[in-house]
Amino acid sequence: MTTASAVSSARGTVAIRSESLCRHYRMGETLIRAVDGVSLEVRAGEFIALLGSSGSGKSSVLNLIAGLDRPTSGSVVVQDRDLAKLSREELAKYRLHVVGMVFQSFNLIPSMTLAENVELPLRFAEVDRSRRQNLSTDALERVGLRARMNHRPSELSGGEQQRAALARALINRPQLLLADEPTGNLDSHTGTEIMNMVREFNRELGMTVVMVTHERALAERYAQRMIFLADGKLIDDRLNDDNPNAPAARGMGEQS
Amino acid sequence: MKIPDLAELALRNLRESLLRNSLTTIGISVGVASLVAMLSLGIGLQQLASRRLGKSGLFDTVVVTSRRDLRNRNEDHNGPTPGESRVLDEPARQEIERLPNVLEAYPDIRFITEVRYEDKPHLTMISALPSSAKSNDAFDGMQGSFFSSDAAPEVILQKTFAEELLGKTPTRGGAEPPVADVAKPLLGKELTMRYAQRAASTTPPSPPLANAPNSNNSDLAGAAYSVVSREQKLKIVGVADLDPESMRGPARAKVFLPLRLAEGLHVMQPTDLREISQAASGQPVYASVSVRVKNPTQVQVVEDAIKKMGFTTFSLLDASQSLRTFFRVLDLFLLIFGSLALAVASIGIVNTLVMAILERRREIGIMKAIGASDGDVKKLFFAEAGAMGILGGVAGVALGWAIGRSINFATNVYLRRESLTPDNFWAVPWWLVGLAIGFSFLVSLVSGLYPAARAAKLDPVQALRYE
Repeated sequence: MTTASAVSSARGTVAIRSESLCRHYRMGETLIRAVDGVSLEVRAGEFIALLGSSGSGKSSVLNLIAGLDRPTSGSVVVQDRDLAKLSREELAKYRLHVVGMVFQSFNLIPSMTLAENVELPLRFAEVDRSRRQNLSTDALERVGLRARMNHRPSELSGGEQQRAALARALINRPQLLLADEPTGNLDSHTGTEIMNMVREFNRELGMTVVMVTHERALAERYAQRMIFLADGKLIDDRLNDDNPNAPAARGMGEQS
Repeated sequence: MKIPDLAELALRNLRESLLRNSLTTIGISVGVASLVAMLSLGIGLQQLASRRLGKSGLFDTVVVTSRRDLRNRNEDHNGPTPGESRVLDEPARQEIERLPNVLEAYPDIRFITEVRYEDKPHLTMISALPSSAKSNDAFDGMQGSFFSSDAAPEVILQKTFAEELLGKTPTRGGAEPPVADVAKPLLGKELTMRYAQRAASTTPPSPPLANAPNSNNSDLAGAAYSVVSREQKLKIVGVADLDPESMRGPARAKVFLPLRLAEGLHVMQPTDLREISQAASGQPVYASVSVRVKNPTQVQVVEDAIKKMGFTTFSLLDASQSLRTFFRVLDLFLLIFGSLALAVASIGIVNTLVMAILERRREIGIMKAIGASDGDVKKLFFAEAGAMGILGGVAGVALGWAIGRSINFATNVYLRRESLTPDNFWAVPWWLVGLAIGFSFLVSLVSGLYPAARAAKLDPVQALRYE
């Protein structure tokens, strides 16, 4: 097992850094410490898995990195942006241009066709219609759904929907791909298909990937590094030595 | 987000829950329709009134009398101030006629005399009409024709007088005979009018008349004239069902002569004899002169000019102004009542959009997660509210137009059944169309304020958790 600090010193620029990150909720009388002092560093181009049982705070950490939520205390800095200090407007811009997200339940808008779903972020980015269409066609091509671009999500299988969600996450060329249980609603075959795509994006496009999962096997198969959370605290952070194909592990191997 | 994108997404969202949004839009359109129907009737009535009043000449007429006359009556025999007083004679009339914005100035000639028809005498009030009276809508339903010329020996009869000539007694409450029935036996027939002509006299002045209030005034002695009994044959050319109240100048007269003919007759006027006696020359002197102004808005200016000349004037300007105020208040009331329905409809918009937020919570969460700003979400809800407003506004104008038209139609059916003249008291000018749609759009946007703000503030984490 290799320690996290060893990893961070070993590789390039820091993509995500959190320090004593806390997110507390108040539910009636009780204080829920969803995230309780998490400090971690993710380097650019890394593929990490956030592991933990339900309620461990892994999704909360992901939401904080995604800029969907704000920390109660501590800080989270992504690509040199201190998210806690950004305005709501700046956070929206950050989510639009820096982050791509996929979810367990796909989260496509049911009233829109695949093409419209995929180009939606481009509408928020005020991209011209013709360019929008080109980009969304390309993105759908990449995930093998070009033929179905005019279908609505309800007409597609779960795997296809998740592929469309991936295309949407990629459309703005973000540096960061955040995936919240991306295979949670898929059978193992389509799950593998989706994960292979995520890995492809990580390798070929150099995207930093943070994936939340409760399946250790999945994490071991794809992630270069695994971070374990329990009760909002970071309990373990290790390189995935069992994944010889992972570029980070390979890089480590070359270095050591 | 760009405006075309907003519009596209808004319309898509409206289509998604078609029933609910259609119902809301119908609600708006009913509101707009009630507004348009109310205002179209208000505007129509106003137009009708000003059309009628414009034709009746009540509001573009200034009646001019000699100032002295009034003074003596009001100020208890103080006598005139010579500098201010002026005789209302022919040169004065011509001077008035030359004033800017004056169409014509004609003397009011009115007298009571005897008229013979088939050798039966009838005593009646006779009045002179200028040729411009032809356009007066009081003559709209006239049988026969107007005077062939301004000096033709012709006469127009008031319907009740025509009945009197025929020996018919008007029955109160009973069905009145149509004008045509009364006119048929009379048109083209001849009347003989007997009258007293005032002729310049060489004989010594007659003793002061008892009914002249200032008969002790020595001026009277200077003017001498004689009164000669004359007869004039007149051809009946028209019978009109005149409403004396709507007539200009010669109110309540029953027999009408052309103005030039009447002037030429030099009939003894029953009005103040003192004026006549003061005629410096052989020019005729008038008790009063009616001045017709080009436009009711210029009445005040003309009145002031005539007052400066030293005459007393009277017009219904004040009445027309209070009429205008009345219509403004009426419009305001109609606007308020019409707006009530729109206010109710706006609550419908708020309700629909708040429901839409609850329903589309997840969608809002997704949009925020993939980069929509608060502003984008807010604008999207605004656009939906605005689209409903415009759609409802357009539909409402059409509906209001139809309602106004139907009311107009139904009322005219009723009026015809009551043998009254149907008229158009309904109007949808273009500005009202624009105003209604604009107002509907604005009300919808205001209604969208709260839902849009609420949607924009939605916490994306919460929204995404919501199933």
